[in-house]
Amino acid sequence: MATRARAEFERDLQTLRQEVLHLGSMVEKSVDRAVEALKRYDVTLARSIIEHDREIDEHSYALAERALLLIATQQPMATDLRIIAATLFIISELERMGDYAEGLAKIAIRLSAWPPLKPLIDIPRMAEISLDMLRQALDAFIEMDLERCEAIWHRDDEVDALYDQVYRELLTYMMSDPRTIERATLLLWAAHNLERIADRVTNICERIAFVITGDPRALVSPAEPDYAGERRAEFDVE
Amino acid sequence: MTVATRDERYIKEPTEPRALRIERLSVWYGVHQAIREVSFTIPARRITALIGPSGCGKSTLLRALNRMHDLTPEARVEGSVWWGEIDLYAPSTDPVWVRRHIGMIFQKPNPFPKSIFDNVAFGLRVNGYRGDIAARVEEALRKAALWDEVKDKLQKNALTLSGGQQQRLCIARAIALGPQILLMDEPCSALDPIATMRIEDLMRELAHTYTIVIVTHNMQQASRVSHYTAFLLADEDGTGELIEYAATRELFLRPRDRRTEDYITGRIG
Repeated sequence: MATRARAEFERDLQTLRQEVLHLGSMVEKSVDRAVEALKRYDVTLARSIIEHDREIDEHSYALAERALLLIATQQPMATDLRIIAATLFIISELERMGDYAEGLAKIAIRLSAWPPLKPLIDIPRMAEISLDMLRQALDAFIEMDLERCEAIWHRDDEVDALYDQVYRELLTYMMSDPRTIERATLLLWAAHNLERIADRVTNICERIAFVITGDPRALVSPAEPDYAGERRAEFDVE
Repeated sequence: MTVATRDERYIKEPTEPRALRIERLSVWYGVHQAIREVSFTIPARRITALIGPSGCGKSTLLRALNRMHDLTPEARVEGSVWWGEIDLYAPSTDPVWVRRHIGMIFQKPNPFPKSIFDNVAFGLRVNGYRGDIAARVEEALRKAALWDEVKDKLQKNALTLSGGQQQRLCIARAIALGPQILLMDEPCSALDPIATMRIEDLMRELAHTYTIVIVTHNMQQASRVSHYTAFLLADEDGTGELIEYAATRELFLRPRDRRTEDYITGRIG
């Protein structure tokens, strides 16, 4: 015997989640195109991504405001409250991922002044996995699927392994020929941005798991400390 | 034969020192059972909120805590309410003594049509208090955060006060008798938001000294003001049961019973 007010609130909440999905697809497109610009040395494409990031920012501010409005007008509790809190968090994670895409575009512009260092293989692969993780995480957000969150969360290791690989490879370039240092560094930044994107997807998964279970540590089992995360944190420049 | 339908896992007892231990408490009005076998512990010097839809038995439960049902001819109570070593429902326990130590504040402020002073002094005189009545009245009015507003008009009729002031006067009247526990039955439902906030501030202040149990329809109020929350729900026969009991922040952030979740998110009730 839910009231009409409850039905309206549920509709608003559903719309908000759909809009998060939309923001996610904007970010996904942006990252995908940024890597394309990087591969193709396409300055025009890179510029359009930088432009597009403003739209992502605007959309994320508008969504955050709607989420706050729901808190202010509905005083949500329990799962409702956890969903809205997670939504606010996910919005800011997506907005930050959009910034990484913009960063990738800027790197593409700077690299375009140079002849190619090497054909890009691992970096596009990192992007592919990260974006797949992002798509799956957004599906898990709509379906509130804990198992899927867990699976995505573990895939971060694949991205980390690729990042290590890219790092070692670029290091050999730099050591053998100092003239490659600038290009190799730029590519390393690009890889770093992608590694950060995958990391933020795992944050999103943790939040979804919190919505489902009520436990903020649901994805980090106490028996298994997150050594990989600690190790990454050690090197984090953010 | 009664079957306990509540799930014990959802009753998370407080870790603080106990004020009251409610043990298998049932109340009937004639043939109708209003609450069934409610058991939980109310912590001392904390605010415990009783919530649930209309007819879930939360006011019945509250009234059972100071033996108010003795005054209703049709009502019958089974089970125990332990206050330390004393069972409030033991034949040897005097209900008047119980009500002096466990005060009740009602939904509608109900001052007597007397002066502000006499309202607070009334209970003291009835109980044959021999000390300094004026000092005791001032102390009670101060504790109820009303003194500064009324100290210059103590002889004015209490009915000239605003609703919020009248409610604080009723709190002062209860405090004057030196109770340890205050029961409040929707104390703010007749008040505007500002007066409500003042009562909530006062409750938090009083919780340093008194154990408070409050019945409220307002979930935001329960979540703002209380430390522990008990959720009651009536079954198909209209008999209320305790569904879940936990620290308020737990109950409102991650309720464990589906019915609690449905109620606090507005899906039922």
